[in-house]
Amino acid sequence: MSVYILPVLFIGLFLYGFIKKINTYDTFVKGAKGAIELVVSIFPFIACIMIAVALLRVSGVTEFLAKLLSPLFQLIGIPPELCELVLLRPFTGSGSYALLNDVFVKFGPDSYISRCASVILGCSETIFYVATVYFSQTKVKKLLYAIPCALAASIFGAIVGCLLCRVM
Amino acid sequence: MMLISLGVLIFIDPGATLNEMIGASAAALELCIELCAVYAVWLGLLEIVDATGLGQKLAKMLRPIIRKLFRVDNEEIEKMIALNMSANMLGLGNAATPMGIKAMQAMDTGSGVASFSMIMLIVVNATSIQLLPSTVIGLRASAGSSAPADIILPTILSTIVTTLCGISFVLLCDLLSRKWKAKRKKS
Repeated sequence: MSVYILPVLFIGLFLYGFIKKINTYDTFVKGAKGAIELVVSIFPFIACIMIAVALLRVSGVTEFLAKLLSPLFQLIGIPPELCELVLLRPFTGSGSYALLNDVFVKFGPDSYISRCASVILGCSETIFYVATVYFSQTKVKKLLYAIPCALAASIFGAIVGCLLCRVM
Repeated sequence: MMLISLGVLIFIDPGATLNEMIGASAAALELCIELCAVYAVWLGLLEIVDATGLGQKLAKMLRPIIRKLFRVDNEEIEKMIALNMSANMLGLGNAATPMGIKAMQAMDTGSGVASFSMIMLIVVNATSIQLLPSTVIGLRASAGSSAPADIILPTILSTIVTTLCGISFVLLCDLLSRKWKAKRKKS
């Protein structure tokens, strides 16, 4: 069912364009042109954050932090095996999906830990990545409480998610 | 952050450092090329949405919520936020990005400090409601799960919790920071 949503929306949009007598081809091209400019201007920011994440992972800093924080995770009800996943999730989408797959292989996809990992990934976002990209085209240097609020909310969501996995 | 990991790497595996950095940069380039394709499609469609006046209509529909939540008072910004939020709701995070960036640019005052509206937009995007965690379900299925879609309900519930938490944290921080400022002015 959901696969039809987008194509139907697109057809509707083009038909509406015809009714409104808009040159859809020219308009589309005009908009699409902006994509290259946009990507060129956000590339350095994406590269920087990905390099930082790669360094964090190979240097073992995340592993060390995960070990350090695992008692705390146990306390708030998140399986300590998922420490590294929770720590890396705000930085990288592809990296955390790779970690999720590792969890599936290690514990089996239907285990409690894997279900928790799935929910944690499903209910959170790559916070640092989003903030970097969105602020990259502005002059803003001070983000004030933006990141702490998003992080705290994600942790809260993860706790609730793990709790729900236990009862559902 | 980079400095710490570089410092640690010097002791563990100095040879891997540069390779690892270039590898990550190459991955970023790959991602950007992919994003460029995605953005071209969405920005093209967005231009049509804009030209037909559908954007304004959508913005008008969502205006009461957007005005209250983001405290903005500008039609262009309202339109971009409306499109950004609609794309997020449909689970199209990558389609939401270009509109979000445009909204941020329009909200930028050049003062160098993030405004309340900007912070709210970031937090709403960074905790965005995902109605269908399709990537996770796909991964579970390919890992041989007997019920790959089993996690949908808990995921939706906790993603709603996350977004509501994010919004209330921002409101709370805003309240506290304004109180603090008022106090400082008095003394």
